[in-house]
Parts: sequence; structure tokens; C-alpha cells
Amino acid sequence: MFENMETVYLWVVLAPLLGSIIAGLFGWLIGRAGAHWVTIIGVGVSFFLSLVVFKHIVIDGAPAYNGTVYTWMVAGGLPIEVGFLIDKLTAMMMVVVTFVSWMVHIYTIGYMHDDPGYTRFFSYISLFTFSMLMLVMANNFLQLFFGWEAVGLVSYLLIGFWYKRESAIHANLKAFLVNRVGDFGFLLGIGAVLLYFGSLDYAQVFAGAEKVAARTMSIWPGVEWPVITVICILLFIGAMGKSAQMPLHVWLPDSMEGPTPISALIHAATMVTAGIFMVARMSPLYEYSETALAVVMVIGATTALFMGLLGLVQTDIKRVIAYSTLSQLGYMTAALGASAYAAGIFHLMTHAFFKALLFLGAGSVIIALHHEQDMRRMGGLRRYMPITWITSLIGTLALIGAPGFSGFFSKDSIIEAIGHSSLGVAGYAYACVLIGVFVTALYSFRMYFLVFHGEPRMDAHTREHVHETPWVVTGPLIALAVPSVVIGAWYVGDMVFGDFFGRAIFVLPRHDVLGGLAASFHGPWGMVQHAFFQPPVWLAAAGVVTAWYLYMVRPELPGVIAARAGALYRFMVNKYGFDDFNEAVFAGGGRGLGNLLWRIGDVRLIDGLAVNGSARLVGWLAGVVRHLQSGFLYHYAFAMIVGLVALVGWAVFWPVE
Amino acid sequence: MNFAIPDMAPALPEMFVLGMACLVLLVDLFVSDRGRGATYVLSQATLVGALFLTLGGTPEPVVTFSGTFVRDALSDVLKAFIYGVVFFVFLYSRDYLRDRGIYRGEFFVLGLFGVLGMMILVSAHSLLTVYLGLELLSLSLYAMVAMQRDSVLASESAMKYFVLGALASGMLLYGMSMLYGVTGTLDIAELSRAIAGVEDRTVASFGLVFLIIGVAFKLGAVPFHMWVPDVYHGAATSVTLYLGTAPKIAAFGMLMRLLVDGLGSMQADWGPILVILAVLSMAIGNVVAIAQTNLKRMLAYSTISHVGFLLLGVLTGTPDGYSASLFYVLVYAVMGLGAFGMILLLARAGFEADRLEDFKGLNERSPWFAFMMLVVMFSMAGVPPFLGFWAKLYVLLEAVRADLVWLAVAAVVFSVIGAFYYLRVVKLMYFDQPAEPVPLQAGADMRVMLSANALVVLALGIWPGSLFALCEAVF
Repeated sequence: MFENMETVYLWVVLAPLLGSIIAGLFGWLIGRAGAHWVTIIGVGVSFFLSLVVFKHIVIDGAPAYNGTVYTWMVAGGLPIEVGFLIDKLTAMMMVVVTFVSWMVHIYTIGYMHDDPGYTRFFSYISLFTFSMLMLVMANNFLQLFFGWEAVGLVSYLLIGFWYKRESAIHANLKAFLVNRVGDFGFLLGIGAVLLYFGSLDYAQVFAGAEKVAARTMSIWPGVEWPVITVICILLFIGAMGKSAQMPLHVWLPDSMEGPTPISALIHAATMVTAGIFMVARMSPLYEYSETALAVVMVIGATTALFMGLLGLVQTDIKRVIAYSTLSQLGYMTAALGASAYAAGIFHLMTHAFFKALLFLGAGSVIIALHHEQDMRRMGGLRRYMPITWITSLIGTLALIGAPGFSGFFSKDSIIEAIGHSSLGVAGYAYACVLIGVFVTALYSFRMYFLVFHGEPRMDAHTREHVHETPWVVTGPLIALAVPSVVIGAWYVGDMVFGDFFGRAIFVLPRHDVLGGLAASFHGPWGMVQHAFFQPPVWLAAAGVVTAWYLYMVRPELPGVIAARAGALYRFMVNKYGFDDFNEAVFAGGGRGLGNLLWRIGDVRLIDGLAVNGSARLVGWLAGVVRHLQSGFLYHYAFAMIVGLVALVGWAVFWPVE
Repeated sequence: MNFAIPDMAPALPEMFVLGMACLVLLVDLFVSDRGRGATYVLSQATLVGALFLTLGGTPEPVVTFSGTFVRDALSDVLKAFIYGVVFFVFLYSRDYLRDRGIYRGEFFVLGLFGVLGMMILVSAHSLLTVYLGLELLSLSLYAMVAMQRDSVLASESAMKYFVLGALASGMLLYGMSMLYGVTGTLDIAELSRAIAGVEDRTVASFGLVFLIIGVAFKLGAVPFHMWVPDVYHGAATSVTLYLGTAPKIAAFGMLMRLLVDGLGSMQADWGPILVILAVLSMAIGNVVAIAQTNLKRMLAYSTISHVGFLLLGVLTGTPDGYSASLFYVLVYAVMGLGAFGMILLLARAGFEADRLEDFKGLNERSPWFAFMMLVVMFSMAGVPPFLGFWAKLYVLLEAVRADLVWLAVAAVVFSVIGAFYYLRVVKLMYFDQPAEPVPLQAGADMRVMLSANALVVLALGIWPGSLFALCEAVF
């Protein structure tokens, strides 16, 4: 069994695709249960095969696989292919993606139970799983781009899943448009890679990185930039769109209009981490551009702190977690900037588990309260929903980085790495991520206390009906809680400080901060002990205490503070004015320009003159020319004779040079 | 007298088809109208058998019958496709012929003789053999068009076809005689050698033009296209189906034999002439098709425009260009089968289904076949990823490679104009209400094969590699 790994790789991606097609096109035939069975089996197969791949590549230590499965066409010497690059990075991503996806599939049975779009939903999430796997398993930029766009498409479809809601339509349009901005940069980056490397195959591009690193290009006359910096920054713009980094983050909070399982799967655990994965995958390029790394680090650290702050003023439970996701993505991005790719990817993995857990926990609360999402009308739920309560607490502790939980190991590694980075901007980034730890603890426990502790604030009718959710909901919660606790201690030694990723991630010796830190790493237990002599743990503890004081001891205080700091509070509630700015400048300007072009360019020139004009001309011509077909034989013969005379004239008297 | 028996083996498929055609003729004498199935089965078996004989031949080219007959990769590929296309033609035609009372042995016998003519035409290695094949094909076609004796339209169009065809044959023969006068040979290979050494090309050019006219008439290139709309329209649809598909493949073979094999050294002369024919065909074909209300006439003009595209590859005078054109003609035959096949599918006793409005609301009557027609129409319009897109792409690419960018641009403009009338069919099928929601009455074999036909257009569009490799291997 599983001798031919190529077949296994193929089935990893095909199983969810098949499930999606069957559920999507034949959902009417196989019914609701059929749809969830076929997709769950599809993704389940994919998960188990991913485990096989993980064992093969990581545990048995087989060499990385890099091969083409199918060549679609060759255009101008450029092969357009489907191929897989399976190394340890890919294997890890495959397991994370398929596991979380599988859990979300099961959870969806409970969450979407009464929804009329049940089969459509299953088809979409399976399609998402397929697309995400294509993205992570790609061995060339075009397939990466295919996966990139495909996950974007499914994300669009799922944010607007409840397409009758005005706000959902607005949100998915926004997500799509903002991602267009990122993808524009991404595509330009791919184009630049093709131009300067002459290939879109990872292996060939990475092999040529050092050579290209010496070249420069002129952005505009007189300004010379290193090619590699331009490429890396363009690619990173794509990552900023997909991984929601400032200022392209505006779509992610709104994406919470989609059903909660989607928020967990796509907008927390997997799709939004595609940017992080991509940059790590491209580490052989990024390593040669310190400018690009500095940009990555500043953007990441800024996002980590300032998006976390916004989590403090949100009242919608999902939006708090959404801002938390933004902030955590900022951490991962900042780690990439510090060349601590392994730490970033490690945080990606632990975050996938605990953030999916938090979202699904929130979803469980939302179902129990009949789709109530406002935290001001929650409270005291721990008595009614013990499993949700405990698992959510685990998720929260992992998120704030409580020593021993998975988030602690990954986040602490990131902070340490940034602290030791030699880049000029590392000081600013270090400050941001340190303060971020306090902020994270504060908003996380604010949410936790508001939801699970204190007096119940929902109306009497709802309170009477609150009870623990069914097993299809709590099962995935438990299944996700386990890795949220243990995965950090288990893998931190290998992944961050060991040689887990091998040649999948490339770090220049002068950037190798993690290698430097590895010397002082003495096992996970040592790391926990060491943490108590470091600021992050105490900052996190301070955050928890502050939250406890503000929301348990003196619940009236937050209101007072908000009133005192009126202007600042409004500024934060307005999300720093990003949305208003975009609305006024880009949306308004775009509409104005479009209007102008429509009235003058389109209606008058193109439609009036070019399209309708030429159509009228052709129609008129057709009407005239058809009369040549008179039906008379002698006319036809005459036409032939005329043709003959003209051609003979041409051939005999026209000199051939 | 020294008489050596020529090598018969290369002509085995021809002999088989001839023998079988005679057999079918005899058998048909003895079967009643109800036993006509025997004729049909025998005819189809002939095609299948010929296919096996052709594919079983030796791979290297063989010239036999005193240098008048050749069997090479080009003739094999063309013949194989001719059998296949005619097989589908017979299959699609059965119900239609039965409904109209012309389900007679003649259709199949003439069809088989036409096939024989096409085979000889594409295997010709002498100008006389070309003429022989052409006449055998043409005479069969005239008779087939006239087969619906009680139809005024059919008789009229047969008459027109015959008279104009005779005129074209005369011109072809005249051109051949002039070339013979210049070179003193009828053998195509020798002709090719001899013509290269001729200093004064005036008479040769004269002959060349007449030759081209003969081929252009067969292909239906402007201005030798006038018969096409009238004959396509007037003939019974099953005959139109025959006429519009397989003979185009044969005509392409004829074009290759005469211009490339025979007069390859005169490419500088015939290239520009083909450019004129191509531009005129694309222009007239696409523009006039817009004004048609009859689907058969519309497809006739569409054929004319496709011929223009087909010539784009040949006129470059490069092997790559020839394979692009070969690709185009094969693709065209498959698409044409699908399009005319759809008319046959919708037709029933007393109803022709050949007007555009008969396709209104097809989606409500049969979503599956509306989709099949959509595939064929999109493919003809050259929409990716359907097969027709690749055909257009390759000939355009070759035109660009031959530094004829203006020609490629013109071709693209005309194909945009052409997209209008193909898409109008799609619009009628999907957005208009059916006049009379009658369910389809075609038999199961027809439904299956027509679906297969359209799906091939889709599948080969997604995986065009194999067909293109085949076309590249020929040249």
C-alpha cells in the first residue's frame, strides 16, 4: 500500500475535488446527508493520505518530491503545468489544512443544520480544501497563482453565502476588491520572476536567486532598484492582501458576515495564512533582499499591535476574534521579516488549531444563543455549556501565550527572534510585538469574561433554552483543543530550533537568528522556566489581570474610560478611519471616474460610434452583399469568370519579386 | 509488350471500397424497403473495413501504378478522417431519409462512390488521377443533391451545381493541359522537378491559376463559392451534411497534392493568390452569414469563411503552416458534422428544422442538446477552450510567423464579426421561447453519437495535443 507516492499526492487533492463536484452538481440527487457524507469522506481521505505523506516525508525522512503531473500546454517555451513540490513544509501544511478542514466539515453538520443552502455549503468548503491544497503543493508560480485565486474565489462565495443579506454582499465584494489590489502586485511579481529568471518553476527560480540578486532594474528613469527587492515586495503585496496586513486588512473583519465555520477554516486557520506560507516558501528570494525583509517586518509588527488594539473596542464576538486573527497574522509576518521563517510557520500551525478552536467555540455559543453575536447580551455561559467553556478557555490561554500552551512556544520564539534580529527596524518591531502581548491578553480575556463569566445578560426566553450544543459541534472542539495544548511543546524543538524544514526554508547565515537562539534552547520545559524571567509572560499576566479588574470587579469602568477618551475611542471604533478613507477616495473616486468614462467614453464613443456604428455598417453590408447571391446561374458563372480573369491578370502581370 | 503487374497493396482500401460499393448496389436490389437495414449495415461495415485496411498499411510512402498513385502519411490521415466523417453522416441521416421517403440504397451507394473518389483524390500522384478522383466524387455529389426528385429546390440546386461544377472541372483540366505543355509530364513528382527548371513562368502561372480555381471551387472559396449557399440550402439536409464535411477534407488533400507536392517551387506565385482568396472568403463568408435566416444557408456561409481560415495556413508555404491547415480542416469537419447533425436531430417528418427560429428555446425542449449545440457554435466561433479556438489559433500563429501580421489581424476582425451569428444561435436557444414545445424524436444511436461528436469538440479542445501531434507528424 502507498508504494507509489505520486498517486497518493494526486488523491490528496482529487478526493476533496470529487466530493465538491458530487455535492455541488448532484446535491439535489443525493440529498443533505449524502452531501455531507461525500464531502466528509473526501476530506477525510485527504487527511489520512496527508498523514501518510507526513510520515513518508517527515518521519521516514524521504527526500523531497518535485515532479510534474500534467502539462497543459507549452506557450512560447513556457510550460504551463500542474506539479507537486512535496517537502517538509508542504507536508506540514497539508496535515494542518486537511485536519482543520475535516473538523470544520463535521462541525458544519451542526452549525448549518437548518440552512437551505446546506449542500452548496459543503460543496464550497470541499472546493476550498482542494484549492488550498493546490496552493500549498504547487511546484511552480502559476499553480500557486491558480490556488491563490481559487481560494480567493471560494472565500468570496462563502462570505456572501447568505446572499440575500445586504451586508454579506457588501462584505464579499469588499474582500474581492481588496484582494484584487493584492493580487495585482502578486501577478506583477510573478511576471517579474518570469522576466528575470526565465522560468516559473520553483527549483529553477531558487537556483538562480543568487545570480539575479546582483542585478538592478530601473523603476523609472534614474531610479535603480535591485531586481530581487522589487520582486519580493511585489509578491509581498499579494501576501498583504491574502493575509490581511495593513493597509489591505480591511476586508477580514467584514468577512465575518460569512457562516462561522468559514471564519474558522478560511478566515483564520488556512486561507489567510497563504501569504505567510508563500513568503516562507519564497525564502530563497527574500533572503537576498534586506529591504524587502524590513518592509515585511514593519508591516507585520504594525499590524500585530494596532489591529490587536481594535479588538478592545469590538462588541461582536466574531469581530473580536477577527481582529485577533489580524494581530496574530501580524506576528507571523513580523517573524518572516526577521528571517525566522520557521517560527512564523510554527505560529501559523499552532494558530490554525487554537484560532479554529476559538472560532468554533464562538460558533457554538452563537448557536446556543440562537444566532446572537453581541457580547453585551451574553455572560455566565460556563454553567450552561461546560465543554464549550473549557475548550474556549484552552483556546484563549493558547492565544495569549500562557506558558506551556502551544501559542506560548510559537509566539515567544517570534518575539525572541525579532529581539535578536539585526535589521535596523527591529527595535520598533520588538516594541510593537511586546506591547501586543499585553493587548492580546487584555482583549482575549475581556471576551472570555464577558461571554462565560458574570451575570447572564440575555433575555429570559433565550436563557431558558440555553444548553450545550450537539456532539458534531463539541467533538471538533475537543479534537482541536488537544493540539492547541500539546502541539507546541511537542514540535517547538524540531520545528523552530531544529532542522525540521531542512532545505525547504533557506536562511542566509548572517540572518540566522533562530540558529543563534538554538544554542540557549534546552527543551520545551527549559523554555517555560526561562519565560518567567522574560517580559512577555508578565505582560500577558498583566493583561489578564487588567481584564479581570475591568470586566469582573469594576464592570462600570470601561464605559467611563470610553467616555473620557472620547476622540480616541471614536477613532478606534472607526477602525482608524481606513474604511472611511477607502470609501471616500478609492470607491468614490473610482465611481466618479467610471461615471465620467461611461457617459463620454462608453455611451458616446464606444457604444455609439464603435459598437453600434460598426454593427450597423456590417449589417448594412450584409444586406447589400447578399443580393449578389441572386439565384441566377449565369450570374454565378459570371462571378467565376470575373474571378478567373482577375486572378490570371494578377498572376501573369504582377511581377513576383 | 512488356506488362508488369503493379504493386496493388497500397490501393487495397480503394479496391475494397469499390468492391463493397458494387456489392451494396447488388444487395440493395434484392432487399425490400423494410430490409434496408442490410444496406446500411454493409455500408458502415465498408467504412470500418477500409479504416482497418488503411491503418494497417506500411508507414513509409509508396508510389505505385506507374507513378499515378501514392500512399503516404497525409493520404492515410485524410482517408481515416473521411471514413469516420462519412460513418457519422450515414448514421445521422438514417431517420431523416426514412421520414422523407428517400431511404434508398442510392444514397449509400453514391456515398460510397463519393468516398472512393475522395480516396483517389487524396492519393493522387498524377494530374490525371486528381481529375479522375475529382470527377468520381463530383458526379456522386450531383446525383446525391438531385436525389430528392420531387423537390423543386433540390433539382434546381443540383442543376446549378452540375453546370458550375462542369465549368470548374473544365478550367482545372485546362490548367493541367497547360502545365503538361510546359513540363511534358503528368506525374506530380516529376512535374515538381520540371517546373523548378522552367525559366519563363508565364504559361506555368497561367496554368497555375486555372488549377487553383478548380480547387477553390471544390473548397468553396470566394469568388468561386456561389454554388455553396444554394446547394447547401437546396439539398436534403443529410446530403448537405455529406457535402459540407468529407469533401472539404478531400479538397484539402487535392490542394496539397497540386500546389505543395506539384508546384511547391511556385509558392511565391500561388501564395499571394491564396491570400486574396482567403481574405475574400473570410470577408464575404462572415458578413453575409449575418443576413441569413436559414440555418443551412448560414452554415454554408460559415463554411466559406472557414475555408478562408484554412487557406491561411497553406499560403505560408511552410510545413508548420500545412499542419495548421490540416488541423483546421479536420476540426472543421468534426464541427460541421455536429452542426448539421443538430439540424437532422431536430428535423422530423414534414418538418425541416433548418430555419434559425426552429432553434428558439431549444434549452427548454432539451437542455442537453442545447448545450451540445452551444459547444459546436462556440467552437465554430473560436471561443476557448473549444476545439475551434485551437484551430484558429494555430493558423493565425502560422500567418504571423510568415510575417503576414496584417492578414492575421484581418482574420481576427472577421472572426469577431463571425462570432455574432454563431452567438445568435446560442441566444435563440437559451433566451427565446420555443414556438412549439415538441419533444425530440431522434433515435438513441443518433442521440448518443451526436453527443459524442460534440463532446469530442469539447474534450479535444481541452486536450488538443494528440490531434496536433498527429497533424505535425504528417508534414
